[in-house]
Amino acid sequence: MRVLMLGWEFPPYISGGLGTACFGITSGLTSLGQEIIFVLPRLPGKPAAAPIELISADDLPGAGSFSEPIVLAEEIRQAAGDLAGIEINSFASPLGPYLTEDTYGEFLGLVPGDWFSPSPQAASEETLLLTGQYGQNLLAEVMRYASLVGEFAGQRSFDLIHAHDWMTIPAGIAARNRSGKPLILHIHSLESDRSGDHPNSSVYDIELYGLKEADHIIAVSNYTKNRIIRFYRIPEAKITVVHNAVTHQEALRTYRIRKPGLRKIVLFIGRITLQKGPDYFVEAAAKVLAILPEVTFVMAGAGDMMPRLIERVADLGIGRNFHFTGFLKGEDVERIFALSDLYVMPSVSEPFGISPLEAISYDVPVIISHQSGVSELIRHALKVDFWDTDALADRIISVLKHPPLGEELTGAAREELNKIHWTGSAEKIIKVYEKLALET
Amino acid sequence: MTGICIYFQVHQPYRLKRYTVFQLGSDHEYEDEQLNTQILNKVADKCYLPANEIIHRLIKEFPGVFKVAFSISGITLEQLQRQRPEVIESFQRLASSGQVEFLNESYYHTLAFLHSPAEFSKQVELQHSKIRELFGQEAVTFRNTELIFSNSLATLIGEMGYRVILAEGAEKILGWRSPNYLYGVPGSPKIKCLLRNYRLSDDIAFRFSNRSWPEYPLTADKFAAWLNSTKQEQLINLFMDYETFGEHQWEETGIFEFLRALPGAILKYPELFFLTPQEAAAQFSPLADLDVPQYVSWADTERDLTAWQGNSMQKDAAKSLYRLEEAALRADGELLNKWRRLQTSDHFYYMCTKWFADGTVHKYFNHYASPYDAYINYMNILDDLSGLLHEKA
Repeated sequence: MRVLMLGWEFPPYISGGLGTACFGITSGLTSLGQEIIFVLPRLPGKPAAAPIELISADDLPGAGSFSEPIVLAEEIRQAAGDLAGIEINSFASPLGPYLTEDTYGEFLGLVPGDWFSPSPQAASEETLLLTGQYGQNLLAEVMRYASLVGEFAGQRSFDLIHAHDWMTIPAGIAARNRSGKPLILHIHSLESDRSGDHPNSSVYDIELYGLKEADHIIAVSNYTKNRIIRFYRIPEAKITVVHNAVTHQEALRTYRIRKPGLRKIVLFIGRITLQKGPDYFVEAAAKVLAILPEVTFVMAGAGDMMPRLIERVADLGIGRNFHFTGFLKGEDVERIFALSDLYVMPSVSEPFGISPLEAISYDVPVIISHQSGVSELIRHALKVDFWDTDALADRIISVLKHPPLGEELTGAAREELNKIHWTGSAEKIIKVYEKLALET
Repeated sequence: MTGICIYFQVHQPYRLKRYTVFQLGSDHEYEDEQLNTQILNKVADKCYLPANEIIHRLIKEFPGVFKVAFSISGITLEQLQRQRPEVIESFQRLASSGQVEFLNESYYHTLAFLHSPAEFSKQVELQHSKIRELFGQEAVTFRNTELIFSNSLATLIGEMGYRVILAEGAEKILGWRSPNYLYGVPGSPKIKCLLRNYRLSDDIAFRFSNRSWPEYPLTADKFAAWLNSTKQEQLINLFMDYETFGEHQWEETGIFEFLRALPGAILKYPELFFLTPQEAAAQFSPLADLDVPQYVSWADTERDLTAWQGNSMQKDAAKSLYRLEEAALRADGELLNKWRRLQTSDHFYYMCTKWFADGTVHKYFNHYASPYDAYINYMNILDDLSGLLHEKA
């Protein structure tokens, strides 16, 4: 089958779980013989890692005007194995999976919350140029992207459309209207996960529209499926759960690090936003340190809650044992995993949560919240409710105090991990494709 | 003639409550009283009382002929005495019939033999006194926790004056031989060994209500016919949890009707008769010695110790527990009792990670979300007890 995949991020520019998942799903699908026309938004002129190779530069419609070929790092190509069957197309757009109305405004050089008057300090010549090219606000940009994709879809032939998360919903619907082919909406995260009690109503409306319009929905977990049913009133029969997986080649690049000092390290890694529950990590850290004073807590990542949490750490007087690293990428991520004795994911609402799987691949025991999709997949992890910082601290202390606990957890979890492949997820997705193909 | 030897195991642990590191040093109550009471009441009402009633009637129906044996852990007897004395009375009524034998085991239903033979002997003595006190019997038959067995255990039990010991009729100790004979223990002529016929026992205990089992439904007549087909052999040992009746197999499955009809169905065959373990030891002479240098149990498919001592958490927990032995003995009284209650094998069973092969059975008996939570909880409690013992010292 030939699939028009409206995805996000392709190596080497992967900033989070959505890019990792889109790439994993695509490589799984192509390894099982599916043909993928992969479409993604991307800013022109972003530096690419060398060595580079051009893929399918020739047969792009209107090449140069709104579509430019993407470059792919050789090492990633190797990591992904046989990439035959993927054709990648990118459209110039600043859209990114973790963009919000505020960050989009910052990108355009606008004062957050005041879209139409450029800030005198921030508005350089370059950003003024950008404001001319892209949508005036995030939603306008999403719609602009949709029309580009719609036009593209009209020129290509494929059997179905597979779109990932809300920002590609208008594009997916535009492509469907142009082609008449069925639309599958793959939900990795919902507005209610990201924004808790204060969802952006425009985003929610787009999600609701997409979920209703889509011919079928794939949810990354039962957790997410249940939220789609509960908050969007979508009939259960329209939703299939396909869990994410891990890329094993990547996971095997583990290296041993000699640890400086004797202090044990407890790691949080992820965006420092409400959704990820970093505040619960800080509270639990204080409780642990009251009992085990010689432990180091590391919070790796960046996000809007960071300033508040730095203050909170100071208030609690645990700064000596608590480190903020800022955003980490590449080798630094590998290094911090390899250095850690325990990984904690206290997410408030996590549709899936791929990083515990990465931690397991580094033989780091994990504690995850029950409010996560990944907890459906991994049995050999400690699980707590995100709000129960007593239980979280209790388990952190136990792992640090009793080595057999970590040994058992990592050994058994690794066995579980070895059984989780993207081809397994792809097989389930193909069943959805086949079912839709029969219906239409 | 083939003897039918039935023994039922009765055991309910003191389950531990959720205990975090923040309770350390301030909370010294470890058990989940509410949960324990609730489960005890459920099992008493669904199993012990109705099943005892049926057995009592059968004894009256077949005086001097129908016989069974029970092994009831000391901590279960304690709980029943306190919460449900009428269950104790119903067992006492069975005891006074002369057709029911009470077996000995370790009072706290423990793995003590694996870690401290001295502590083990003490617990066997405690249980011996308990049986004498409640049922007026001097136990001569011993069954170890979960039918854990080896040469060295059998030898020690023989030296303590017991005449019979029970074990699992596992292929790995029997080889080509049949479990349906009395066996001896190498180097210990005074003690004999009875082996569980696990196929026939599990036909009742595990498969009775399984609709995908080709023999479903199992009737008393069918089962008695199977027993009769092996009549050339000495005896058939049917050993199972008493909770099979009404708890593992619900009343709706017809398990009580089966129990009610079984003795009559068996006694229709003139070649079959009932006997207790101690009668078996007195009546038969051993076919051969059974050499069991490695431990064998009745658990899971492995029939080994891995359900309780298989992973590093279980080993660590046991090692940490028995490291406190000296301090606990010195402290005596309530602290010694607390330490002994933490020896109950169930605490280690909850930490078992063999979930994928044997998971369903393990999960059924487990009130923890995961084996890791069981270990964390247990180690926190042990930490607290350790603190109390050191304060005392």
